[in-house]
Amino acid sequence: MKRAGFRTISLPMLLLLPQLVIIGIFFYWPAGWAIQSSFYLQDPFGFGSTYVGAENYTRLAGSSEYRKVAWFTLIYTALVTFLSLGIALLLAVKADKVIRGAKTYRTLLMWVYAVAPPVAGFLGLMFFDQNVGPITEFLAGLGWDFKLGVNSFDTATAMVMVAVWKQIPVNFIFFLSGLQSIPRSVREAAMIDNKSGTQRFWDITFPLLAPTAFFLLIINITYALFDTFGVVDTLIKGEPGNNPITLVYMVFRDGFRGGDLGGSSAQSVVLMVLVLILTIFQFRLLERRIHYT
Amino acid sequence: MATVSVTNISKTYPNGAQAVHPASFSIADGELIVLVGPSGCGKSTLLRMVAGLEDITEGELRIGDRVVNEVEPAERDIAMVFQNYALYPHMTVAKNMAYGLKNRGTSKGDIDAKVREAAEMLDLNAYLDRRPSQLSGGQRQRVAMGRAIVRDPALFLFDEPLSNLDAKLRNQMRIEIRALQRRLGTTAMYVTHDQVEAMTMADRIFVLNAGRIEQIGTPSEIYRKPASTFVASFMGAPPMNLLTATTDGSGNAQVGDLSIPVAAGSHAGAVHLGIRPEEVTVTAGGGVPFQLGLIEELGASRLLHGKIAGQDFTVNAPNDDAGLADTLSLDLPTSSLHLFDGATGQRL
Ligand SMILES: Nc1ncnc2c1ncn2[C@@H]1O[C@H](COP(=O)(O)OP(=O)(O)OP(=O)(O)O)[C@@H](O)[C@H]1O
Ligand SMILES: [Mg+2]
Repeated sequence: MKRAGFRTISLPMLLLLPQLVIIGIFFYWPAGWAIQSSFYLQDPFGFGSTYVGAENYTRLAGSSEYRKVAWFTLIYTALVTFLSLGIALLLAVKADKVIRGAKTYRTLLMWVYAVAPPVAGFLGLMFFDQNVGPITEFLAGLGWDFKLGVNSFDTATAMVMVAVWKQIPVNFIFFLSGLQSIPRSVREAAMIDNKSGTQRFWDITFPLLAPTAFFLLIINITYALFDTFGVVDTLIKGEPGNNPITLVYMVFRDGFRGGDLGGSSAQSVVLMVLVLILTIFQFRLLERRIHYT
Repeated sequence: MATVSVTNISKTYPNGAQAVHPASFSIADGELIVLVGPSGCGKSTLLRMVAGLEDITEGELRIGDRVVNEVEPAERDIAMVFQNYALYPHMTVAKNMAYGLKNRGTSKGDIDAKVREAAEMLDLNAYLDRRPSQLSGGQRQRVAMGRAIVRDPALFLFDEPLSNLDAKLRNQMRIEIRALQRRLGTTAMYVTHDQVEAMTMADRIFVLNAGRIEQIGTPSEIYRKPASTFVASFMGAPPMNLLTATTDGSGNAQVGDLSIPVAAGSHAGAVHLGIRPEEVTVTAGGGVPFQLGLIEELGASRLLHGKIAGQDFTVNAPNDDAGLADTLSLDLPTSSLHLFDGATGQRL
């Protein structure tokens, strides 16, 4: 391929400038600021700050609450990722079988994706309402006295369910188009080679879906870690109390509610490192992305 | 190895399209039959019904002495080669070939031996560890063949297996497939719309037209005694000339204002008069007048396109450098003429 080049560096720089400015203002500047303030102790009333070195980090490492929230976040992320991928895959496989209905099916499920996280949380709130929530009623029918916002296990369950519900459509769309891009004749060849449908799924369909699945795995982990903030916030009605929260929510709570900007900055930095690792992992994956054809 | 017998089999798709009208035939053990016909005539549908990839709407299908209408594709003891090869993209060549055996509980040692034997036959030894994406079209085609032969099935099904290859490779593979099928003695059904493939490979040809079998016969029967104008014009390149004519029942056919002698038959009325371009000869004079139009050089011979009594006509003449006049005289030997009913197109 022929490559066009610039003779000077100034023109490309000029062209890149708007993008760089935006990234700078909205990403690097706050990130840099967070790193800086994670080494300071902020006066809660805004009267200056003191340099404390790594104290915010050591405090974090020693905090049993932080460890608890981290554990919860881990389990929460794993559950949300696993369930939203699993259920979406199941739905996609079923939908793929009735190709003709797939279009309406697709649109119907896609609607949910258009719901913003806080709205999803609010809808969840209604579903799980103590008095009129249909899910609460349903669970009561099963003998489960569901108490959203009171019982922390129940709250966590609702958080998982709403987050999963919200993420299924996007996974579904990706899985379905992944499934539909598998040539019909390949599946037919497999039908002749293997009589068990389940085995065919794991031997042929699933490996061919693997690139899609890897990609979705990263997307879903990121989603569960960060984008569920709105869901969490609405479901616990802004009252952390002894309700379960995620790491991102804890940053918000400690920084904006608790006024501990230094500590919350340290938490943000930890999360930033996490994102960095995920991103590197994802790029590696995309580079080596399994291309079969 | 098995016989196939089909009784009144038909296919109507859920949308109401009748792709195959009731057909009955049987295939002898070790025979290779070719289904040929224009696009959309139902060749693939018929083959896929035999494979079990398409439900049989009505009728009975037997492979060997087992009725297999309701039997899963994997249990019909068939192997199929698809037009686009349908290899498993994530498996190596060896694994592609082994997959069907593995699922049938063949032992690891047997699988290895069979895969190696097939690879040997198909010249694939050097590629066993490659993925399909790392192979050329011809090599993929061989792998698809290999996947079919390692299974040692009762019946091979081929759906236009060579149509994605270039002309040279196609000729070569055609010969190889035929030789392999003979050697293994496996019954085979082969779909193509290429009449050269049909003529050269088939023990018997099934000519399909709009979901119906027009004729079943050996290549030479199909060529020499086409059952209808459809078969006559479909098989043979260039196709048979068909002139609209009227017979008087006493050995005379009237084409426009020309009179052409035909075998004295009892039929009198509207007919199509057929003759193959290669059976016509150019004479010095006294024959049927032919207005010459376009000349196509074929190398060994040339095609003379023109008109007889205003109707299109083609002659396949030897290439002898002689200059040609605008009007030629043709000899249409009576023994080479075919008569078809003017209304139904059926052979008379
Ligand atoms: N799934 C389907 N639903 C409805 N009609 C179908 C379906 N598959 C094929 N047909 C129709 O059945 C007829 C026969 O199709 P088929 O694929 O058997 O043709 P073919 O002879 O193999 O043609 P080609 O040479 O183009 O492959 C066609 O008219 C086609 O439109
Ligand atoms: Mg076809």
